[in-house]
Amino acid sequence: MIQIRIHGRGGQGVVTAAELLALAAFRDGKEAQAFPSFGSERTGAPVTAFCRINSQPIRSREPVYHPDVLLIQDSTLLHQVDVFAGLASSAFVLINSTRDVEALRLTDFVIQHPAVQMHTLPASDLALKHLGRPFANIGMVAGYAALTGEVSKAAVNQSITEKFPGRIGKLNGAVAAEVYDYVAANLAKV
Amino acid sequence: MKHHIEGSQAVAHTVALCRPEVMACYPISPQTHIVETLSRKVKAGEIGNCQFLNVESEFGALSVLIGASAMGARTYTATTSQGLLFMAEAVYNAAGLGLPIVMTIANRALGAPINIWNDHSDSMSMRDAGWIQLFAQDNQEAADLHIQAFRLAEELSCPVMVCMDGYILTHAYEVVDLPTQEQVDAYVPAFEPVQVLDPQDPVSIGAMVGPEAFAEVRFLAHHKHVRALEAIPRLSQAFQDIFQRRSGGLMDTYHTDNAETLLLALGSVNGTIKDAVDELRKEGWPVGSIALCAFRPFPSHALRHVVQDAKRIIVFEKDLAVGMGGIVSSDVKMALQGLPIIVDTVIAGLGGRPIPKASVIDTVKQACLEGLEEPHFLDLNWDEINRELTRQQAQRRSGPTAENLLREVGPPGTKPV
Repeated sequence: MIQIRIHGRGGQGVVTAAELLALAAFRDGKEAQAFPSFGSERTGAPVTAFCRINSQPIRSREPVYHPDVLLIQDSTLLHQVDVFAGLASSAFVLINSTRDVEALRLTDFVIQHPAVQMHTLPASDLALKHLGRPFANIGMVAGYAALTGEVSKAAVNQSITEKFPGRIGKLNGAVAAEVYDYVAANLAKV
Repeated sequence: MKHHIEGSQAVAHTVALCRPEVMACYPISPQTHIVETLSRKVKAGEIGNCQFLNVESEFGALSVLIGASAMGARTYTATTSQGLLFMAEAVYNAAGLGLPIVMTIANRALGAPINIWNDHSDSMSMRDAGWIQLFAQDNQEAADLHIQAFRLAEELSCPVMVCMDGYILTHAYEVVDLPTQEQVDAYVPAFEPVQVLDPQDPVSIGAMVGPEAFAEVRFLAHHKHVRALEAIPRLSQAFQDIFQRRSGGLMDTYHTDNAETLLLALGSVNGTIKDAVDELRKEGWPVGSIALCAFRPFPSHALRHVVQDAKRIIVFEKDLAVGMGGIVSSDVKMALQGLPIIVDTVIAGLGGRPIPKASVIDTVKQACLEGLEEPHFLDLNWDEINRELTRQQAQRRSGPTAENLLREVGPPGTKPV
């Protein structure tokens, strides 16, 4: 089972990202569950959402305490919320930022956790280009798909179309395509 | 067909297929996406002969349905938390009049303090009102129980609450096999009311009953629930025949054979509990679990039969009878009286506190090795409790308890729980 935890702020589409991931995994023929952390739903407040992907039916209803995958949509949370709590030793971490791991002052963390794969992706900037608004959620989901292959790009694209019919879906599809290109050009597939 | 869908949407879709004729809902928080979606479906003409009434309150919602049901219409509403309390008088009336209304309860805590999160306090507050109460383990069962609820309610002429965990199920996206209209039509026959207001054949419903007959009327309501104990498993089997999956019934048992310790709970926490049972069994602990679907009527006889060889039952319940302890465990103890079985009460998941698998496992081990105090509260923060008790002892004007605790732990949502 893959357990995913997504951190962001109210209004950034964190819950939608979890739903998209679960829907994409379902389209890949897997069992998947997505749910929010049910915090106070205020714009700007820290928000957490969860996703589980498995080949077997998923029964657990507990929050994800030990994520295999951590998606951080807002890097200002890094030093405000304990986003790395319970992280699996060989976890995949993707942070939405124009800065690299070193500039985010995470080098020590990476040295202390040698099996953790950490990447940064300028998801807000890539979204801004197509949507005119810095919604990082689609880019983070697309980046996770492109970097790990744990959900297929085809399924992510299909989920975007299903979740956002019409023009918004097309624009978000363009964001995903841009992220795939960015990952291919700038980041090694893990 | 299998869909990846939010729990509320799955229920709304399924309720629509049950061909309700009158729905009355109060569109305010606390509510769910269920009635929001149903109102859209009615407006779009997707539910044939159906009227949707936007009413002035939850009390108004159920009162409208009492009238509509007495006129012979198939009726539905949904509510949660304080909304159910505001309905309370009508809740008792609907049952007392024997009207087969189906209502979803998206289970949430009751204030004060204000809390929008999940527990079972709302449904438990109405447990003696005369409604059948069925609890869903997951969103598939939540959807399926509504189909069974309409048939059960109308067969017995008794209202049914389908209880599903607020947020944990209502807001969770997971795979649900949504039925077809043909399947639902094959299972839920057209509504043939037991009693109906008809100008051509006038009767009065809701007469005043004095001491001469009140007890008899109440006994007959109880007798109806006794009949439901037979109907619930029968209709669950009939459901399985058409839909090819198991849903509902009095209870769902998991590794109960040869189990010395059984965990018992209502609702979605049974998923986590089953995972805990698997892990404990791997370590050699002879444990199993029971997911109680029917809480009203309480399946005492069936439960005695299932647990007769066990030594201990640990009831995990998301409610608290203040000043007493467990609500579900009290019923379990009454059902098992005379049997040499220890019944432990674990109060857990209040106001949305997560119930981690690790805590379930630790509690089971502690119960088996050392025993549990009665009632046992899962994962309590004793530091905060003792700090507040000390504060209260030190000064009479110690301030509001909830606000004092918030000052220590921070506002909701700022810390992982």
